[in-house]
Amino acid sequence: MLTERPITPSTLGVKDLNWQIEWDKNLCTQCGRCTSVCPVNAIELGVFRKREIKTPASLMKKAENEYTVFYGIRQKTDPAYACIGCSMCNMVCPNNAIGPKREEGSTTQKFHNDRGGNPRTRGGRRNSGESLLDQIKFMRISMLTDPALDAGRHEFRLNTLLGRVQSPEESLKTYSEHGWKPPVREIYPLVIGGMSFGAMSPNMWEGLQMGVAYLNEELNMPVRISTGEGGCPPRLLRSRFLKYVILQIASGYFGWDEIIHAIPEMKVDPCAIEIKYGQGAKPGDGGLLMWYKVNKLIAAIRGVPERVSLPSPPTHQTQYSIEESVAKMIQSMSMAWGFRVPVYPKISASSTSLAVLNNLTRNPYAAGLAIDGEDGGTGAAYNVSMNHMGHPIASNLRDCYNALVVTGKQNELPLIAGGGIGKSGNLAANAAALIMLGASAVQVGKYVMQAGAGCLGSEKDRCNVCNIGVCPKGITSQDPRLYRRLDPEKVAERVVDFYLSFDTEIKKIIAPLGRSTSLPIGMSDALGISDRDAADRLGIKYVV
Amino acid sequence: MCRLFALTSRDPISPMLAINALNTMKEGHDGSGVGLCLRGLGGRFEEELQGCPILSGIFTEAGLRRLEQYAMDHGFKSQYSILYTPETEPPEGTPVRGTYAAIAYKVPRGWKDLTPAQQGKKLVEMRLELRKMGEEDGDIMVFSFWPDTIVVKEVGDPLEIGEWLQLGANRNLYARRILAQGRQNTNYAINLYACHPFFIEGVASMTNGENTAFIPIKEYLQSRDVTGYQGYQSDSEVFTHIAHYTTKRLGLDIRAYKHIITPLMDHEMADHPDREFLATLKRSCRKMIIDGPNCVIGTLDDGSMFMVQDRKKLRPGIVGGKDGIYAFSSEVCGIDAVIPDRDRSKDFQPMHLDTVIVGPDCKEIETCSQKDQLPRQL
Repeated sequence: MLTERPITPSTLGVKDLNWQIEWDKNLCTQCGRCTSVCPVNAIELGVFRKREIKTPASLMKKAENEYTVFYGIRQKTDPAYACIGCSMCNMVCPNNAIGPKREEGSTTQKFHNDRGGNPRTRGGRRNSGESLLDQIKFMRISMLTDPALDAGRHEFRLNTLLGRVQSPEESLKTYSEHGWKPPVREIYPLVIGGMSFGAMSPNMWEGLQMGVAYLNEELNMPVRISTGEGGCPPRLLRSRFLKYVILQIASGYFGWDEIIHAIPEMKVDPCAIEIKYGQGAKPGDGGLLMWYKVNKLIAAIRGVPERVSLPSPPTHQTQYSIEESVAKMIQSMSMAWGFRVPVYPKISASSTSLAVLNNLTRNPYAAGLAIDGEDGGTGAAYNVSMNHMGHPIASNLRDCYNALVVTGKQNELPLIAGGGIGKSGNLAANAAALIMLGASAVQVGKYVMQAGAGCLGSEKDRCNVCNIGVCPKGITSQDPRLYRRLDPEKVAERVVDFYLSFDTEIKKIIAPLGRSTSLPIGMSDALGISDRDAADRLGIKYVV
Repeated sequence: MCRLFALTSRDPISPMLAINALNTMKEGHDGSGVGLCLRGLGGRFEEELQGCPILSGIFTEAGLRRLEQYAMDHGFKSQYSILYTPETEPPEGTPVRGTYAAIAYKVPRGWKDLTPAQQGKKLVEMRLELRKMGEEDGDIMVFSFWPDTIVVKEVGDPLEIGEWLQLGANRNLYARRILAQGRQNTNYAINLYACHPFFIEGVASMTNGENTAFIPIKEYLQSRDVTGYQGYQSDSEVFTHIAHYTTKRLGLDIRAYKHIITPLMDHEMADHPDREFLATLKRSCRKMIIDGPNCVIGTLDDGSMFMVQDRKKLRPGIVGGKDGIYAFSSEVCGIDAVIPDRDRSKDFQPMHLDTVIVGPDCKEIETCSQKDQLPRQL
């Protein structure tokens, strides 16, 4: 350290940082684990010099300086290395001598996240703790179902349909004429949303797939997982487990070649094809897999060179307009599997969701619509997109459902809602609220990472380094030194655990509402909220 | 919980029989309303007025005048009417409303060229128009407008209302099919139109219990573009409309009704002889799945009467009787009151898979399980 430190506009003190490292010299054994585990190198081993003035008891002798040297932990103040609060240092410390603490008072660091003129990019989701879904109460409690239904013992049917459902008249006509019937899958209403093989570490992916397979094969819960954009490992494409997988193809077509090549060898059809046009965390913006994560394996699966950033363009040469694109892609994907697989688009919740929906209702091959709200997560996006763009899912979904109700197609085109479900940990309550607002199923991504793999990200700008491949838990990293930290078996176990508890909780919600034989899709009379504007907007009860 | 009682008889009988049966079940309803649906009418309606649509409702004097004008404007000529304006004080809780009427009309000549479906649609439109006219001033309340059908509804205790309206006195009010409900007002406000049974184009039904899937089903039915799927003052009105949709719109047998409102589980369907048909029905009619708890009793245009339960089977329901007369009741004491000399060992309480049907010949109780093969539907 220089004796005279230059003070410039971007010079920050430790107190200016969002997160500060608290280190206890007395407890530290100086093992060095904390500095080696820190994903952003926020701390380093430091040599500290200490001066002590020794004053003798008599006046005869002069005071003396005594210099000692000791070793400790120093936090860097360069914003490029600012602590992200992940607390890995604490997790590896044998003596609990170190840990990050959030500095609530200072906002200085925010103004220095633009080194080199580059705005901040990060992973995660909107850094806002508020959630409208958490404010919704379930209040049409049925006191007439005597004896009351018991979530633990009663028979429940929670499965939902994914795929174009014909109207009763049409379906009977198709049945009597032995006509073509659109493919429909019966699935569990909580879907694991698209998190790509490029964004996730192989261990995380394996863990998720194992968890899903266990839920299906051992527990008889038809849980489905979307692959996210970027293709699917060839072995999975050729395995019997493909039926539990929703293959996502996006506007970038990454990984599509690999899928096409596998089609003749597929033992089973995939559950469905999801065409991604947008995601809630960065609506109207392309996907982005940054070069850090494009290693040899990912490059091979995606059919791209190694170590190049992969923005997936929201528009493409073949996509003249969204209407045409939706129609063409649905048609060609349906054709690829002989019209045996449901194909549906995923869009970001936006003011144009209704336009896409209207388009789909007239397309007999459209199997549904997935809508992702502003609280959705992403592996990489600009901070400004994540924090300030997008449409809340509740009202967008409600508008879409009501539009279907008006045209009488509310059972025909399933809506899958996502974006912020379980943001505060209330997975079942948030999912139930969206289902009662009209969703046939809900999808979660970030919750799966948080609960299934111990992701450290929070809505207080914690961690959020998914984009640069240094995930301290090894969830979103393609670096084997990091992803070895994640045990796929344990991920699978956690996925099964939270699915089972979700199942119990959702029954605990719908049983008192007197529902058990069908998912309460659109049961808006059961919902109430203490915000009058929200109640009016969503068409639910205003209760205080 | 409401109490239900229905009779199907080979010969016309007095509606007071059904009301007396309801009275035996009085502990189960608070007498906040009564509804009666009479079909297979005897007396003059049978002898002289076959096929004439009968308008039933309650009218003030001004309402009657407006009705007269309305009928004239539409070319309808009144053939015969039962008009009753009680002069005594109504029972406690019952407001003074005016004249209780059942008026049979001769349809205009031009109607003869219409198909039965077209005629039906027009009758429904007229009923709804009259109902709307009445909602403005409260002078007209219309419950049905259909041949061979009289519907009576009133707020109050069934027995007191029955006696006050002298329902047993007029032999022209005797009927072969009688649906009667004693209302237990629960989570909705007391509303005359909310009294069961509900009626639409020859299909009538009544229900006890609670329909927790009411809003999604209501929204679904309303979006089917069928004239008459509206109102919904009661959460159970949708059951009648589902039965109507099943039989009239989809053209299915009433046995399919149960498969629509309470479909089989997938594993139960796996070895069913009609599994493909049932799977088709389950998927496309998913929005009409009821969650109960309900017992539904209804009657169709062909004179058959049926009873079904929700999947949970949390509501009571029993069917019993003898050759010529059968009763469908919430409680066995209701049947005991009307048909005490039947063979009780043949009483049947439908469980969660059963549909009970008694045909118009009133010969026997036909029970069918959802696991049985269905008659060919399409």
